[in-house]
Amino acid sequence: METLAQIKARIEAAVAGAVVEMVPNDSPSGQHSLWVDNSHAVAVAQFLREDPELRFDFCSNVTGVDWPETERTEKVKTTRLVDGVETSVEEIRKTKRPGFLEVVYHLYSVALKHGPLILRLRTENRSDQVQVPSLTPVWRGCEFQEREVFDLFGVVFTGHPDLRRILMWDEFTDHPMRKDYVEPDDYEYEPTPHDEVLVKARRSGRGEAGT
Amino acid sequence: MSIAAATNGKRHRLVPPPSPADGALGELLEISMGPQHPSTHGVFRMNLVLDGERVVKLKPVFGYLHRNHEKIAESMSYLGSMPYTDRLDYFCSLTNNWAYALAVEKLAGLQVPERAEYIRVITAELTRLQNHACLGGFLLQDMGASGTPLMYAFREREKILDLFEALTGARMMCNYMRFGGCRCDLPPGWREQAQRLVAEFPAFLDEFEALLNENEILMARTQGVGVLPASLAVNASISGPMLRASGVNYDIRKVDRYGIYDRFDFQVPLGEHGDVYDRYMVRILEMRESLKILRAALADLPEGPIMDPKARLRGFRPKPGEAYGRIEAPKGELGFYLISEGGPHPYRYRVRPPSFINLTILEDMCLGQLVADVVIILGSVDIVLGEVDR
Repeated sequence: METLAQIKARIEAAVAGAVVEMVPNDSPSGQHSLWVDNSHAVAVAQFLREDPELRFDFCSNVTGVDWPETERTEKVKTTRLVDGVETSVEEIRKTKRPGFLEVVYHLYSVALKHGPLILRLRTENRSDQVQVPSLTPVWRGCEFQEREVFDLFGVVFTGHPDLRRILMWDEFTDHPMRKDYVEPDDYEYEPTPHDEVLVKARRSGRGEAGT
Repeated sequence: MSIAAATNGKRHRLVPPPSPADGALGELLEISMGPQHPSTHGVFRMNLVLDGERVVKLKPVFGYLHRNHEKIAESMSYLGSMPYTDRLDYFCSLTNNWAYALAVEKLAGLQVPERAEYIRVITAELTRLQNHACLGGFLLQDMGASGTPLMYAFREREKILDLFEALTGARMMCNYMRFGGCRCDLPPGWREQAQRLVAEFPAFLDEFEALLNENEILMARTQGVGVLPASLAVNASISGPMLRASGVNYDIRKVDRYGIYDRFDFQVPLGEHGDVYDRYMVRILEMRESLKILRAALADLPEGPIMDPKARLRGFRPKPGEAYGRIEAPKGELGFYLISEGGPHPYRYRVRPPSFINLTILEDMCLGQLVADVVIILGSVDIVLGEVDR
């Protein structure tokens, strides 16, 4: 298989205007990935599948990752004029990384027996701009897995033929794989007369029956 | 050996090939099959629309066994998830262990000692034997051969589970692999017992095949039923015996050569027609190949340590990064995708469940088929709901 930098260059040459960025991976696995902008994702996917030297015809794994907004605090030494004297002062600088949802695709080639190539798509934010293009039209194997990402992370796949919840039930409203998900005390709470009956029983125990 | 050679090239067909509805649809009948249906192999439901007995539409419904395994794993230590992986595909806990251990080893850069690699191959191939034998039994059970083939398969499976119990302490929930090796070494006499089992297993296979392979009813019910073309199988990410039954030569043991699979000489059986019969036969032939691997691995098993000395059970914190590790599990490509942020818990933990993804094309295979064949087609996919719903 070509190196990731070569693949990136070929994508940029083949798909006009596509923004592709390398996402490095520092772990010993060395599986670096490519981030592709949403508006060209389908064209890039089609290119990866059709190109005779790449032939990524097998989309093995599709999954979501939630990256909430994080604040990183760094201590930075700067020099500043204090009462006319130049002194070095420690400053605490805060940098914010806006939150987003990410969809990760692991591609292999059955024809040429190489891989994986890892593609990443990102949403604008985590609240209202959560669309990414669906790659199901390119790889049918994404169908259920994208539905699962929609169900558990809340990523909306535009162009998906049948985007419904798959593991949670249809009436469920939240997305449980998000990092800030708080589970309800009781999933299957139904109002029952139980509480009222309990109050009544306590009252009757104190000899106030009938009130 | 090819399927045609194993069955003397016999093809039978009693039922005329299904034709698409002849234009004039009768009154359609919607039925909900499952989740408590004996043929769904667990709590799985299909919403069927039937025209007479022909399937017009099929929508699978999942989630009855969903417990969000992935979310649970995010709040556990890396090792804490190991027993949970047993419960994904509860037929094949040892291959689940291996896939997870492989992903973590990639993430943390651990090296597995040679003896542990051999033990992993031996246990994984034993797992494949019992999974495929039982699948044959279940498939026949779905066709109405009540009991006999399944009990034959279970008899053999029990011998393999005895080996697992002697090695790991549990028949099914083995929890045996560790990051960088295995939990404990083989008990005395285990290797000889395994060799005896491998020597006796072909007799069971001969008997099973003599009973079933050229069975008139089996052929009539499965040949030409649930055909999956190779191009669709690849595009829909189908893996494992299902992919190979469609004639695609793709076995991760050969492609990735993970562990020490490059040391063994074995063939990859392929189907020609991609129907239910080929899926059954591919599994039967795969068992014979597994036996070859087992014979070689049990003979060459070296002495030595079974854990990487760098591996740490306590305070295990891989460096930030991510890794995807996959193996050829009996049901297909089982992968684990992990993201570490440097903490004691995985930031993201994902299971790539083969039997869930193999269900993607269930509707395509069933359209135009008889409703009675839906049961067999589903049986030939080989699903386990612990893994489908996670």
